[in-house]
Amino acid sequence: MDKMGSGEGPDNLQYRWCHLRKVLERTGPFCHPDFEPSPDNLNFLMESCKLLVIGAGGLGCELMKDLALMGFKDIHVIDMDTIELSNLNRQFLFRRRDIGQSKAEVAAKFISTRIPGCHVTPHFSKIQDFDETFYRSFHIVISGLDSIVARRWINGMLISLLSYKDGVLDQSSLIPLIDGGTEGFKGNARVILPGITACIECTLDLFPPQVTYPLCTIANTPRLPEHCIEYVKVIQWSKENPWDVPIDGDDPQHINWIYEKAMERAVQFGIQGITYRLVQGVVKNIIPAVASTNAVVAAACATEVFKLATSCCVPLDNYMVFNDVDGIYTYTYQAERKEDCLACSQVPTTVDIPGPEAKLEDLITVLCESPKFLMKSPGLTATIDGKNRTLYMPTVASIEEKTRVNLKKSLNELGLEDGSQLMVADSTSPNTLIIILKFASPPDFEME
Amino acid sequence: MSSPAPKSPEQSEKSKKYDRQLRLWGDHGQSALESAQVCLINATGIGTEILKSLVLPGIGAFTIVDGKKVTEEDTGCNFFLDAESCGKSRAQVATQLLLELNPDVRGDYVDENIDQLLENSPDFFNNFTVVIGTSLIERTLIPLSKKLWDLQIPFIVCRSYGFIGYIRVQVAEHTVIETHPDNQIPDLRLDRPFPSLKKYVDSIDLEAMEYKDHAHVPYLIILYKYLQQWKAEHNGQLPKNYKEKEDFKSTIRKGIYVDEHGNPEDEENFEEAMKAVTSSIKSTLVPSHVRDILDDDSCINLTSKSKPFWIMAKAVRDFVENEGEGCLPLCGSIPDMTAETGKYIALQQIYHNQAAKDSEVVFRCVQQLLHQLNQPPDTITEKEVKLFCKYASSLYLVRGTSIADEYDPKTLNAQNIAGNLENPENTMVYYVMLRGVDRFYSEYNMYPGEFEDQVEPDIVKLKACISKLLSEWGCGPLAKDDYVHEICRYGGAELHSVSSFIGGCAAQETIKFITGQYKPVNNTFIYDAITSNTATFAF
Ligand SMILES: [Zn+2]
Repeated sequence: MDKMGSGEGPDNLQYRWCHLRKVLERTGPFCHPDFEPSPDNLNFLMESCKLLVIGAGGLGCELMKDLALMGFKDIHVIDMDTIELSNLNRQFLFRRRDIGQSKAEVAAKFISTRIPGCHVTPHFSKIQDFDETFYRSFHIVISGLDSIVARRWINGMLISLLSYKDGVLDQSSLIPLIDGGTEGFKGNARVILPGITACIECTLDLFPPQVTYPLCTIANTPRLPEHCIEYVKVIQWSKENPWDVPIDGDDPQHINWIYEKAMERAVQFGIQGITYRLVQGVVKNIIPAVASTNAVVAAACATEVFKLATSCCVPLDNYMVFNDVDGIYTYTYQAERKEDCLACSQVPTTVDIPGPEAKLEDLITVLCESPKFLMKSPGLTATIDGKNRTLYMPTVASIEEKTRVNLKKSLNELGLEDGSQLMVADSTSPNTLIIILKFASPPDFEME
Repeated sequence: MSSPAPKSPEQSEKSKKYDRQLRLWGDHGQSALESAQVCLINATGIGTEILKSLVLPGIGAFTIVDGKKVTEEDTGCNFFLDAESCGKSRAQVATQLLLELNPDVRGDYVDENIDQLLENSPDFFNNFTVVIGTSLIERTLIPLSKKLWDLQIPFIVCRSYGFIGYIRVQVAEHTVIETHPDNQIPDLRLDRPFPSLKKYVDSIDLEAMEYKDHAHVPYLIILYKYLQQWKAEHNGQLPKNYKEKEDFKSTIRKGIYVDEHGNPEDEENFEEAMKAVTSSIKSTLVPSHVRDILDDDSCINLTSKSKPFWIMAKAVRDFVENEGEGCLPLCGSIPDMTAETGKYIALQQIYHNQAAKDSEVVFRCVQQLLHQLNQPPDTITEKEVKLFCKYASSLYLVRGTSIADEYDPKTLNAQNIAGNLENPENTMVYYVMLRGVDRFYSEYNMYPGEFEDQVEPDIVKLKACISKLLSEWGCGPLAKDDYVHEICRYGGAELHSVSSFIGGCAAQETIKFITGQYKPVNNTFIYDAITSNTATFAF
């Protein structure tokens, strides 16, 4: 009998990929309509397909292993972080001797050694260090990030690569984004076809809001150990500033200082439950993580990459949630696009403002707090009387100083009116976004 | 820095390394993990993925049983077999590469076929905490299932077959104290306040307060006060249905202070009180699933061999019948609420102290029971009793079924299959497929579609195997052949991403058994990677 894989394989182990060849060289009733069973499918994965993995942490390590064993041979990985001791309970490509080294570099070397023929290219840098030409060179981008800002940025980047001809999307400009996320025993995997299915910005409300404690509670009526820790972190540290530096959550001296002061405050108010672990958790905003959830979510993402690259099955449409606290639970559904999505709708977004008397700082507050925008520290420019004017620019210290006075000025004073266009730059997107001011009260221009 | 840093136990190397998981299962969960011994049968791709997610968090030790040699095919789906290892013992290579992940873990291997091992060393499995089996054929699976069922060792069987994943958990009995429910309903006892709570709240006069104090009274006190008033006006009854609860909320709303213009003041605590009506105004009862545990034979009729869980359950049962006057021991923690520090902390103390009193009663009873049962007094610590009492309302018990019974048509729950198959696209169809593959392997000693030139004839043979199975079970025939075609397409292929998905899930189920925390899956889990859906069935 002829055993699968007797032909010349793309690497010297001729039977190595026979598992993949069965599903790629045979057809089945659940294949994508475009699927053609052929050795070309595996050849495409091995010879042409170029993947980018963003993040070499818990999900990233798993993703690289999974993708390498699903036949992909040209994988790039970006991560700006170095390896820490607390990574070793799940980031299985790292050892104790690797602590302090680049995650991307160590992971890439490990995979390339363990799976001969697979070449992983590391980039020990930030995603913002690369431009459109770099991102355009990939077939599929997979993100395993813990930062929402970075997710939004790469989402914006892939959307900016889309090209439209007479309003019709040019399919060849589309780079799918597969995104995974985990927290403790919960996780999610999703497939984003930029410009076609719901993007990160369409579903901003899916991210859990960050836990914040009202300032008056932590200052006046603390009840929980967390309140005492927050007090030391946001009020006492800047007052007493023991080392004249900002808090470094990785410096045990800093954590110890906060621990002691928080303990004093807790005793004063009769509050129980301050522990070193809790102090660290609150100061560093630590999210619990285990190996198993990372394995599951990364695997779900890798399966989708395989489906998209080969058409051997219809890809996930488009969101799967996972939770294994009580049994094993998953739920798959179609997240919906937002008609006026800031990133992918191609419709300029309006921002609702009470009226021309609102101050520029009020507008910035809306951009940061409205669930539609959730920006971090937006910079604003506008064309006023035919001239390009910087209204506020927080990222460059000298310009910030010069433009700070504008914050207290009303929109009217700045020459902005209902329908004015603003160019907004923020760390959540690589692109300048255009938003249109919309005043709630109609402008009273006929009242002279 | 002048002041020396306090020596904190949290700073040990180990707690730094395991920090992200200690925040989930705690130091006690970790020490259970570190004393566990796990056995893996067959170092397949899925098998080493399971062990990976157990070695990383630091189980005590693992043992791999596998008599096969590494093949080229193996290296295409298994990360813990490298290209140079072809021809070597699969158990040995996998053990070595897995041990590199964590120097705290011990690992060894038996380079022997599982069938031989079962025959030559029948006591081999006696000391394992959990046994995991992969790539087991029916002939091996059944005796192994029987053996582990008798030994009362949890047995987890996993498969990765093309785009289909499968986990079957076999456990005779498993109990969980810390289930970590997502939304715990607070145990406030507003309907039957205990004396110290009553005394404290009765000493507070809401109406006499200045606005600032009034707006900082914990909502628990507000609910209590208005409930007393309501009960006095309604023959001692609680607001029961939706309408009464709405009425009750509006009486609370009337309590909000108004300013000099007659506009209500901003009182967040009153808003919280109204929001909490639905969940907190209710009769305190023993939940029915806990009632079942307390009424279980194992609880009522303790023996000298009874496990700590059942001894504590019996003591709680006695508490409910006597001191508790029909209620479980108090949980002792209250949710956070807008409040001034002093009153909140006072309430917290009152609940905490009452819970300590309740658990002390239970602990004394536990000690008596241990004495009567001739078990050493240190079998159960006071700390364990406290934990048991704290989580008494979310205890969990499962009694499983054996795989051997499931594979016997006389004892199989065939209605479960037939019922689900009324929808021909129900995930149950893959269970039937995998059972068909088992039957096919038993008859032909290979997987359907394993050989390139046999796919078409294998489709016919697999269809016949499945028809036979279904008729043995008394089920009707399959509605369509699509699934048979798809299964033959796989030809026994193991796709790494499917193995990795199931590997992660199975590792977490293993951790649930070891730590006694979280509810395990009951008892069959199927992953369909084609549509990215999963389903759980109980056999
Ligand atoms: Zn969008």
